[in-house]
Amino acid sequence: MIRFENVTKVYDQKARPALDSINLEIDRGEFAFLVGASGSGKSTFLRLVLKEDRASSGAVYVAGQNVANISSWRVPRLRRGIGVVFQDFRLLPQKTVFANVAFAMQVIGKSRSVIRDTVPEVLKTVGLEGKENRLPHELSGGEQQRVAIARAVVNRPGILLADEPTGNLDPTTSMGIMGVLDKINQNGTTVVMATHDDDIVNEMRKRVVELRNGVIIRDEAKALYTSMMPVVGHSRRLRDASGREPSDVGAASGEAQPAGEGKL
Amino acid sequence: MRLAFILAEIGSGLRRNLSMVVSVILVTFVSLTFVGAAGMLQLQINQMKGYWYDKVQVAVFLCSDGSTAPGCATGPATPEQQQNLRKLLQSPAVAQYVNDFQFESKDEAYKHFKEQFSNSPIVDSVTPDQLPASFRINLKDPEKYEVISENFSSQAGVESVIDQRQLLERLFSAMNAASLVAVSVAGVMIVCAILLIATTIRLSAFSRRRETGIMRLVGASKMVIQLPFILEGVIAAVIGAALASGTLWAVAHFFLGEFLSKQYPDTAFISPAQTLILAPALIGLGVLLAGTSSLLTLRRYLKV
Repeated sequence: MIRFENVTKVYDQKARPALDSINLEIDRGEFAFLVGASGSGKSTFLRLVLKEDRASSGAVYVAGQNVANISSWRVPRLRRGIGVVFQDFRLLPQKTVFANVAFAMQVIGKSRSVIRDTVPEVLKTVGLEGKENRLPHELSGGEQQRVAIARAVVNRPGILLADEPTGNLDPTTSMGIMGVLDKINQNGTTVVMATHDDDIVNEMRKRVVELRNGVIIRDEAKALYTSMMPVVGHSRRLRDASGREPSDVGAASGEAQPAGEGKL
Repeated sequence: MRLAFILAEIGSGLRRNLSMVVSVILVTFVSLTFVGAAGMLQLQINQMKGYWYDKVQVAVFLCSDGSTAPGCATGPATPEQQQNLRKLLQSPAVAQYVNDFQFESKDEAYKHFKEQFSNSPIVDSVTPDQLPASFRINLKDPEKYEVISENFSSQAGVESVIDQRQLLERLFSAMNAASLVAVSVAGVMIVCAILLIATTIRLSAFSRRRETGIMRLVGASKMVIQLPFILEGVIAAVIGAALASGTLWAVAHFFLGEFLSKQYPDTAFISPAQTLILAPALIGLGVLLAGTSSLLTLRRYLKV
């Protein structure tokens, strides 16, 4: 569903590349975590998928199509096939829950009757039935994020990108959000989630792609937030692909907890 | 659905940015009023030129019923006198200065008079008998008016010889200067309007960056995102243009129609209805101004 072939992204010629010759393939219906410290290239990865930026070299394929070959007037069509969720929710404060979700359908010209049918259904999927007429500030953070997820998936995109969706939420609420994302994934949507939250990654046991300084240093199925070997250098980390008991998870993940990243 | 959505977006944009929108309306109103004033002056000049102005220079009016000129002591010009004048015009002494000439009968004079003074109340009180017949002469050299004047003034049956151009030229040059001033002021105001529209659109785009950001992400087309902004500017400009057209109409109706035409009943003024032909032009100009300036602004400040 998403394929990166030798993708390099350079923002500033003098600095190191944000992404350095990345090769990665995420299949249809897969659930993948993108982990790594701030500045490791997670957000750049997501921006390239959305064609917010152009890769400096290499090719990015989304749904089998090289995004470099999509003309600018067809970029909206690409984005209709991708839902996005952010750490800061990005709801419209003066619109109700229903109107926030409906907005995503209105702007692409869906008819009123389709909107009336679809929105309650999606709100039910994310566990917000009965709260259609609330305003965002009347909801808890977790509920607001559920609205944002509902808005991201209401047009049935094949891909859902989540940029630290639990970054502002407490652990219990976060697990609720993960339940929603998992449910959406079960319905066939490919989910790519950038996160710092080790508990969530360890709990979910999904594919983990770890980036450091623009390079993939780990790509494991059903993995934990960090690999099991004591951290010495990342060559050791690369070699280690086993799934031992997560004894040193907490200590090792301390380095990767800066808050407030995730601008897309 | 999409149309209703765009309309709702426009409405909310106009409401949120009300003070800026009002200033755009006022600036376009003032600038287009000046453009329209220049247009109106030109219309007025055309109106005053009447039927003959661009075709001939000199008019030789023949005596009619009420003529009091010395040459008319014998009453209205007879057909023989008319024939003599025609011969004189064709005689070598005069013909060398004349390009061509036409005879305007009383009935033709009445027809042209009715056209020119169609907006004036005096048209109803005039009959063909009251209007003089005339020879309208197109000179090879417009400066040689004196030759015609000397030759014809003293002829029997001639009431007067008039150089129409000399009469109106000065007035027209004053009016042309006035319309030039109006156009220059309009030019400055239009620049002002363009910049103000650009600023308004920029502010509007900024205050709605959340919405447009989300629209982008969910794949709204460029048109759906940009159209509300463009139309906001266009609507404000159209309102300004409509106000300007209304003002011009009011000037034509109240100032020209009710006041000046009573002060100068022998002058042909444009009618209020004639100013309305300026309205589509003004509205078109307003749309063009607002459309281009908002398009250019959006290209810079609203990434899609």
